[in-house]
Amino acid sequence: MFETLILILDATLRVSTPLILAALAGLFSERAGIVDIGLEGKMLGGAFAAAAAASVFGSAWIGLGFAIIASVGLALVHGFACITHRGDHIVSGVAINTVVAGLTITLGLDWFSMGGQTPALSGDERFFAITLPFADALADVPVIGLIYSELISGHNILVYLAFALVPATYWVVFKTRFGLRLRAVGENPHAVDTAGISVAFIRYRAVIICGVLCGIAGAYLSTAHNAGFLKDMSAGKGYMALAALIFGKWRPVPVMFACLLFGFLDAVAVRMQGVVVPGIGEIPVQAIEVLPYVLTVLLLAGFIGKAVGPKAVGRPYVKERA
Amino acid sequence: MKQASVPVWVNVGLIPLINILLAFAVSGLVILAIGENPIEAAGYLIYGAFGYEEGIGYTLYYATNLIFTGLAVSIAFKAGLFNIGGEGQAYIGGLGVGLLCLWLDSSMPFIVILPLAVIASAVFGAAWAYIPAYLQARRGSHIVITTIMFNFIASSLMVYLLVNWLKEEGRMAANSRTFAENAWMPYMHEILSPLGINISDSPLNGAFILALICCAFIWGLIWHTRWGYQLRTLGTNATAAQYAGIDNAKVTIWVMLISGGLAGFVGINEIMGVNHNLLLNFTAGYGFAGIAVSLMGRNHPIGIILSATLFGALYQGGAELAFEMPTITPEIVVVIQGLVILFSGALEHMLKDRVEGLFIRKAA
Repeated sequence: MFETLILILDATLRVSTPLILAALAGLFSERAGIVDIGLEGKMLGGAFAAAAAASVFGSAWIGLGFAIIASVGLALVHGFACITHRGDHIVSGVAINTVVAGLTITLGLDWFSMGGQTPALSGDERFFAITLPFADALADVPVIGLIYSELISGHNILVYLAFALVPATYWVVFKTRFGLRLRAVGENPHAVDTAGISVAFIRYRAVIICGVLCGIAGAYLSTAHNAGFLKDMSAGKGYMALAALIFGKWRPVPVMFACLLFGFLDAVAVRMQGVVVPGIGEIPVQAIEVLPYVLTVLLLAGFIGKAVGPKAVGRPYVKERA
Repeated sequence: MKQASVPVWVNVGLIPLINILLAFAVSGLVILAIGENPIEAAGYLIYGAFGYEEGIGYTLYYATNLIFTGLAVSIAFKAGLFNIGGEGQAYIGGLGVGLLCLWLDSSMPFIVILPLAVIASAVFGAAWAYIPAYLQARRGSHIVITTIMFNFIASSLMVYLLVNWLKEEGRMAANSRTFAENAWMPYMHEILSPLGINISDSPLNGAFILALICCAFIWGLIWHTRWGYQLRTLGTNATAAQYAGIDNAKVTIWVMLISGGLAGFVGINEIMGVNHNLLLNFTAGYGFAGIAVSLMGRNHPIGIILSATLFGALYQGGAELAFEMPTITPEIVVVIQGLVILFSGALEHMLKDRVEGLFIRKAA
């Protein structure tokens, strides 16, 4: 029982990682007032770029670099549309998701002739698990040994990075001058403008950070969690990250817990396949899979707490001119 | 009155044209990057879509779905709402059609099944839009997010129902049994042949007529009724609508019900018209494509028919293109679709303001 629990939690960490990265990406963007439905597309684009570059250059790190470049490129398109040209944030996000869904398959087929996939990655082309010091030595210690060697040790570097980025994001957003301005731009851009700070520049920086994080999330999908790019491999994770962002009420630590909750449900759903629960019977996998979305709707409806986003989110800022 | 000095044809003709040309130009670059000739590709595409009768049939069959989802998105847009949930509403609408056909196909004649199926698809689609609409209108939950969530919920629900309840015994695929033929929507070539008009066989079916009726109905509703005026007022200025005594919440809910019902009609075309059984993922992205159709068609039924035909042609021509040029996938159409959304939606002001400025200066 305890071992099963540890294994589920272990899977939870792995499934939650891309959610955390993408949700933090969304946090930077939305805190600055830019709605980002395009997390999904940027993640997918990043995943494709990472797998393609990793297989060509033989290095997962180069893959990560390309993922970030691709994702930031898409983020800048979003910024260009929403910040410079006052476009509708949702429409722009949908456009990015659609373009990426088509483009990854089109380019993938041309470059690798494998029906839109990239070649299977192996060795240095992937991020491999890191065994933390003493993990093997401690493995036999009861309880703590298992927790340390299975749950904490043995993940790839991007998993640790994702969790490290949670306090980092908290620090940047709530404890630095940049973070204060970022939040101000999302709440009241006029005030920021009056103080002589460029609203557009801050928003662009937020969008770029968002791109970087989505790129890492994408690289995780194709070069760490899986071994190669598959068609539509982000499979709605970007939207789920968005749900987690709302569920965590735009705050880094609660957002992380929301991602862990959603990841946990995912890990449980896999385990529950065909399992008969005494007294209830077999729980359909779909019922568990659907919970993150149902919970988010309930939260948005105000039945479990209230989710209030940044005030100026989704509104273009038009500078007043005399 | 800046708007007044801009000729109408600029807004409804020139700007959409420039947008689509920009989208085509960028897609041409993609095709060039793949190492194929974009002009040659365009040739295959146009031939595939319009070059022969069967191709035209396919084009209009795809267009039927896109008219439904395009109208669904556009009526919501008109009221200032973004219904991104067309995909889920179409899915559930199809469920309604499927359940009805499975229930009545052995006992009722076609003439009874048809109106009931139309009602079922609309009611199911509308019901799926109702909860997000209610939450938006009464509790202020953002409709974009809730409709996205409902797309995923619909998808899970359909998998559950098909795998556990509706799947035909002894088959691997998660499909329901095939309906008896009296629950099939007649094909267009079957409808037209008694009238002495012979066309090639294609999946184009009676749902196309329903789509055209919907266009006329929506046009009348939005521009020629009191309620349509309320809807447009809400979309233009919600505060003004409130002060004018319009019940914004009520209008919001009704708009979304109609929007969901329209999306649900995809089920008539796909389930009753072509597949003749209930299956997974028959919506195939039409709900999202409706966003591009509605933006391109400038939220007007005539525009939507034209842009739906254009996108239908891209779907059909894209399949032909992939056949002729194996290095190109039909997904190139998705790229074009995305670019259209980008240029005519997200970057709308980039072009519009400039082009309009050009004409305003001339007029002055």
